[in-house]
Amino acid sequence: MTIIEVNKDNFDKEVLGSEKQVLADFNANWCGPCKMLKPILEEVAANNDSAKIVSINVDDEDELAEKYNVSSIPCLIVFKDGKEIKRNVGLMSKDAIEDMIGGE
Amino acid sequence: MYDIIIVGAGPAGLTAAIYARRASKKVLVLEAKTYGGQIINTLDIENYPVEAHISGFDFATKLYNQVKDLGAEIIYEKVVDIKDNHETKEVITTKNKYAAKALILATGSENRKLGIENENELIGKGVSYCATCDGAFYKKKNVAVVGGGNTALEDALYLTDIVNKVYLIHRRDEFRGAESTLNQLKDKENMEFIYNSNVTKLNANDKLESIEITNKDGSKRIIEVEGLFIAVGRIPENENFGKLVKLDNSGYIIAGENCNTNVRGIFVAGDNRTKEVRQLVTATSDGAIAATEAIKFINNEITY
Repeated sequence: MTIIEVNKDNFDKEVLGSEKQVLADFNANWCGPCKMLKPILEEVAANNDSAKIVSINVDDEDELAEKYNVSSIPCLIVFKDGKEIKRNVGLMSKDAIEDMIGGE
Repeated sequence: MYDIIIVGAGPAGLTAAIYARRASKKVLVLEAKTYGGQIINTLDIENYPVEAHISGFDFATKLYNQVKDLGAEIIYEKVVDIKDNHETKEVITTKNKYAAKALILATGSENRKLGIENENELIGKGVSYCATCDGAFYKKKNVAVVGGGNTALEDALYLTDIVNKVYLIHRRDEFRGAESTLNQLKDKENMEFIYNSNVTKLNANDKLESIEITNKDGSKRIIEVEGLFIAVGRIPENENFGKLVKLDNSGYIIAGENCNTNVRGIFVAGDNRTKEVRQLVTATSDGAIAATEAIKFINNEITY
């Protein structure tokens, strides 16, 4: 699976309407830890089928960032059936991300 | 069995890996999260020799590639304990055990917390430890910075250009940080200094709404802020090593410029060592020294 870029136009369909749980990565180009997180997320996406992984650029999508109270990045939010079920702020290890989207 | 295990893949640990690999030693670097260390939070490094400007991300990535190209192994596991079996050193992670002839501890430091209620719960909901990372989310809002060192002053200065108003809260009546930054801050109209005070309460309704500050004289004041940037220093990440190597009162591993700890064959490099100047260039310098000492130890060239 690859990471899908999401914006306010396809957020409802790709995230809230997803059958599979979604791991949303709120990030920005100027954010060092976000850039460090990206290859880790790509590795998770390549090896893990339990969640759809999407990327949201907070500079382009400030409405989405505001709607979900994202005020610190990188911020990973897990959505299930259209609802936020987990959130973590800051750089995470591959194992910790897999735990986040692992079993219920 | 490795020759050298390095704990921590920040600038100190990765530089140690370069020196050890160039001496053809078998090297394992263990890292809990990802490579780079705290320098990845820096937007622009301006004080490292040769490159006038480089981002922390680019610095970390170049260093990492250099280490990988030299053939060091990097495994992402958190180290929870180390043991000294004299001839060999044992490193225990959350998943495995590894052994080496010598160890270099280069775990660095993490943000010091205020230690008040709701602080952890509000991280990402108003509480931040990185103004350059998160400042942009507080455009035209009121924020507070707490601390008295260079980081606090620089954070406050950075934020004055973005937000509506910045309160700088310090527990003493004078700042330790650079006077030039302080003077720049004093010229800012949207800046208010609050001296002799501590942040004692975080008021939140899902996200931060206001903070309570208590003056030395006991008086209290509530300030409405949506962001609180905490810059009260850092603490060394040596909690898993204290049983074996000597730490000072602040938790730093005691070692001189030769990076030797009190245990033979265990060395320390970077911000988690007792030292005067904690900078990128002194971290990489420690890495070189610790690796050189570790190589000497393995080759039986250190006389105790």
